[in-house]
Amino acid sequence: MEVSTKIERISAADVARIRQDFPLLAQKMNGKPIVFLDSAASSQKPNKVIDAVSDYYRKLHANVHRGVYQLSQDATAAFEVGREKARAFINAASSSEVIFVRGATEGINLVASSFGRKFLRQGDEVVVTAMEHHSNIVPWQLICEEKGAFLRVAPINDAGELIMSEFEKLLNDKTRIVAATYVSNALGTVNPVAEIVALAHARGIPVLVDGAQAAPHMKMDVQQLDIDFLAFSGHKMFGPTGIGVLYGKEKWLNAMPPYHGGGEMIKSVTFEKTTYAELPHKFEAGTPDISGVIGLAAAIDYIQEIGQDAIAQYENELLAYATSRLKEVEGIRFIGTARYKASVVSFIVEGTHPYDVGAILDKLGIAVRTGHHCTQPLMDRFGIPGTVRASLAFYNTHDDIDRLVEGVKKAVSMLR
Amino acid sequence: MSINDIQDEIIEEFSLFDDWMGKYEYLIDLGKNLPLIDERYKDEEHLIKGCQSLVWLHAEVKDGIVAFTADSDAIITKGIIALLIRVLSHQSPEAIANTDLYFIGRIGLKEHLSPTRSNGLLSMVKQMKLYGLALQAK
Repeated sequence: MEVSTKIERISAADVARIRQDFPLLAQKMNGKPIVFLDSAASSQKPNKVIDAVSDYYRKLHANVHRGVYQLSQDATAAFEVGREKARAFINAASSSEVIFVRGATEGINLVASSFGRKFLRQGDEVVVTAMEHHSNIVPWQLICEEKGAFLRVAPINDAGELIMSEFEKLLNDKTRIVAATYVSNALGTVNPVAEIVALAHARGIPVLVDGAQAAPHMKMDVQQLDIDFLAFSGHKMFGPTGIGVLYGKEKWLNAMPPYHGGGEMIKSVTFEKTTYAELPHKFEAGTPDISGVIGLAAAIDYIQEIGQDAIAQYENELLAYATSRLKEVEGIRFIGTARYKASVVSFIVEGTHPYDVGAILDKLGIAVRTGHHCTQPLMDRFGIPGTVRASLAFYNTHDDIDRLVEGVKKAVSMLR
Repeated sequence: MSINDIQDEIIEEFSLFDDWMGKYEYLIDLGKNLPLIDERYKDEEHLIKGCQSLVWLHAEVKDGIVAFTADSDAIITKGIIALLIRVLSHQSPEAIANTDLYFIGRIGLKEHLSPTRSNGLLSMVKQMKLYGLALQAK
């Protein structure tokens, strides 16, 4: 969608135009026009992103940061423009703080492994929240096990909100890092990141934020929030799969050892001693995902053409509509009823299993996610095997929600 | 009846349904009606954990014939289990180990046995065949 000025408010007509940009949304699933409500797992891609990746391979491809020839320099320039766009997207102070990774998962693994290797000692503690995705639990468990450190889990209330007083109690002089999600993938809860950071920083503890679910839906300003590390994935924000960003404050990144060794990340190599390249290259061993970066840059452009405020506002309205319409389903129980939520409605219906509901919705052309959403400890917390999760993006419509509600009613009538 | 006779019988039955909804309603009925496993076998030892649904499987051998009982927390999964048990239970270990389960594709429910569904059914079928193999070896 080409617009000269930012939209203040996304209208139904705007959404109809936006949908034209996403070729997959015109497809059918099981013979029915697809209702795609699984963007929290991975969003669809606009032509702008698809074309950017394909144009890159057709016209611009050469390895970056290597060749003296024109093509390589042009590819390098386009790649570094991508880094600058990613920097601006999260308002990082410097593009050397923007490291390209495969996705949020790799970003968190990088920090857990590298920061952990340097700063974690036996008996130290890492604090996470009860609503973390497995990718913000398991990397910390791995390094804690290696170092003899402990994982501490900040509890949530029945609405799916972090209990801040309990979180604060977990912070002590053994806490080395806090790792918390910005937005819960299973519940939609938006965490009070500024408050989390303030409490941790008051004790000199750095904070890693998992921004995978927040990136497509809201502004993330690392300087304003004073975040130490932020990880997010391109494919959840309309970009390609296999590319993501790890932001880290320069002081931390400089103090951490490299994660992977190889080309690009070195200054000089002898068999006796290798010295490492400056940031961000120190953490980018090997040939990077150049086309992914160029696709991600196009996705950032696309989001900003529509406008992040307008996106957040539209999605919040749609979420409220979905929540209120789903209340028509007899026996529905919402999992995640936080005061502040983004784009996710997770539920179970009395007398039905999420898998059965999902299998019937599939036949009706409706794509939702069912299961534990890679948050088994969270499902255990609510005493359920999983949920049905509908997750929204700005290309979803009221009609999508109406079909979801009708589909769920149909599934329930078949299953009960 | 041989395994393939039963498979053909199920294919015949499903040919009566002209759309997915009829098939699903039939599966749901199967899932609702059949008590499939003794409650005491619904424990950790008999559990096959899928990402999407849980499956319990128990095998008993009597006079060289294997009897399977199984269950699931999801009803469509349970309906498919009922079909799998109808096909594979009360057969010889050899027949179970060597069977080609073609009926599931022919009745249009193949997606439920795909690894990406992760509902425990594929692991259950593997487990049933493993029982067949192990008992055959005895």
